[in-house]
Amino acid sequence: MNEGTATARSTDRILGVNSWLVFLFLYAPIVLLMAFSFNDNSNVSIWTEPSFRWYGAMFQDTNVMNALRNSLIVAFFSTIVSTVIGTMLAIALERYRFRGRGALDGIAYLPIIIPDVTMAVMLLIFFFQVFGILDDLLGIQLRNGLGTITLSHIAFSISFVAVVVRARLSQLDNSLEEAAADLYASRWQAFRRVTLPLIAPGVAGGALLALTLSLDDVVVTQFVSGAGATTLPVYVFGLVRRGVTPLINAVSTLMLVASMVLVGISLGLQRGAEARGQKPADPDALLDDVAVD
Amino acid sequence: MTAPPLAAEPETTAPITPELERAAIKAESRRGFLISLPAFIYLALLFVVPLLLVFVYSFATRDATGLTVLDDWNLESYKRLFTEIVLEIFVRSLLLAVVTTAICLLFSYPFAYYIATRSPGLRNILLIFVMIPFWSNFLVRTYAWRVILGSEGPISQISLALGGEPIRLLFTNTAVLIGLVYGFLPFMVLPLYAALERMDWRLVEAARDLYADGWTSFRKVTLPLSMPGVVAGSILVFIPSLGAYVTPAILGGAKTTLLGDYIVSQFLAARNWPFGSALSFAVMFVMLLATIFYFRAGAKTL
Repeated sequence: MNEGTATARSTDRILGVNSWLVFLFLYAPIVLLMAFSFNDNSNVSIWTEPSFRWYGAMFQDTNVMNALRNSLIVAFFSTIVSTVIGTMLAIALERYRFRGRGALDGIAYLPIIIPDVTMAVMLLIFFFQVFGILDDLLGIQLRNGLGTITLSHIAFSISFVAVVVRARLSQLDNSLEEAAADLYASRWQAFRRVTLPLIAPGVAGGALLALTLSLDDVVVTQFVSGAGATTLPVYVFGLVRRGVTPLINAVSTLMLVASMVLVGISLGLQRGAEARGQKPADPDALLDDVAVD
Repeated sequence: MTAPPLAAEPETTAPITPELERAAIKAESRRGFLISLPAFIYLALLFVVPLLLVFVYSFATRDATGLTVLDDWNLESYKRLFTEIVLEIFVRSLLLAVVTTAICLLFSYPFAYYIATRSPGLRNILLIFVMIPFWSNFLVRTYAWRVILGSEGPISQISLALGGEPIRLLFTNTAVLIGLVYGFLPFMVLPLYAALERMDWRLVEAARDLYADGWTSFRKVTLPLSMPGVVAGSILVFIPSLGAYVTPAILGGAKTTLLGDYIVSQFLAARNWPFGSALSFAVMFVMLLATIFYFRAGAKTL
């Protein structure tokens, strides 16, 4: 028996060492990159002294600031539209039986599985073809730009939102909605007062995922962006391919910090949802609310 | 959905007739359809139509100026897939994707196992530290390795300081492999963790009570029970690795062309859209095959 616990302990130690090595592997590059962004020297590899020099340069760089603004505009619209459409898709697939449901169920997951590059190629050809037809038939001349980028981001985000919201919906007991209906709540009231509050954490999680996907995308955006209308990741990607500069380090650090803030919000929301989920008394209060309406 | 059986059928004033029931089902069906309609239209227009367009383009011809001619349909682009250069890129990409998946699995399994067997408090903290790189910008995380692996980067400098040669890994297949493993490792850890965390550990205890040793109980109980996580994680790593574009573009060199950047170059540089389309379809086909194969293999061990 003693021998058994001894092997168990040594196995546990090996597992522990492996875990710390994995964490080191995951974090060392990020930490190093962040540290280098505070290096005053314009030669990236020679450390002189800490400074905010490159952050100053970044905020004065009109290209970076333009690209950042574009990114935020695209992410804003893409997140809102894909969250609404994706949530509706999740509700339809999870709660209703209708003709075409099977086909939609299959199509809805394809954008998640399909590789970026293929999605990019598809949308490039699509916009090229559609704009060509519009020009021929109506004489309307459209070009790639923020509009096409936003439409493309929505196209790949809908599915991700739907998956996240659907996961939340499937954990819920739909007898609550039925109870609301029994208490003469209209469909809309039942949705507004019962379903929506219950799936809110899922919707928020989906929205954050859509926001992250939009802010991070390089490949699809590069294919459907037009002259002068690039997003921050695409602009940085162009710079990175030419080499390493302290300015890119500063922009990268900014992007990393933004991602971390988003993770923080997302985890906070999850925590909140779990805390609320542990109190089953809540649905009663919700139903009272509906009855009063 | 398994709703707990509630009190009884809701009481209605009118008797439930088959007609009434059919009408209700019909109304319900229409409502569901209407709710799904925005997504249906959007995905049909901006996903299904583009997918069909790529398929159509793959049979078209490229004229001398680089424009695509949409008649004169042929199989030239597909024939070109079997030329030596393309096959070489295919094999290299496939190999790299398989090795990336294997390395991720090798390190992620014990890692996820370790996290899943900690106390709930510590587990949550460790999980947050896995989530941060998972959500962080992929481009930036890949770029970090360009800084590290460069000829003036820390690795090279350490080697020089120790009196060795400057190590230059950048623009090699090794650099691309490191970048892919780094980029997709969290995609492997999270499904593995999810599978291990919801496992019923009493089954392992039962195996031990029946005199199975640690290794046997792992092989016969833990591993089969965590198989869904292994399958999901492997697919999540393999598919983006096979189509990777950003990683080889930043860390790879001229001799490390992979499918992803090869496809991109057909559209943005060579302007051979028909061939690029055929390549895209070939990649999707391989992915589909690999996924189905892997699911089958995974299901067998369940």
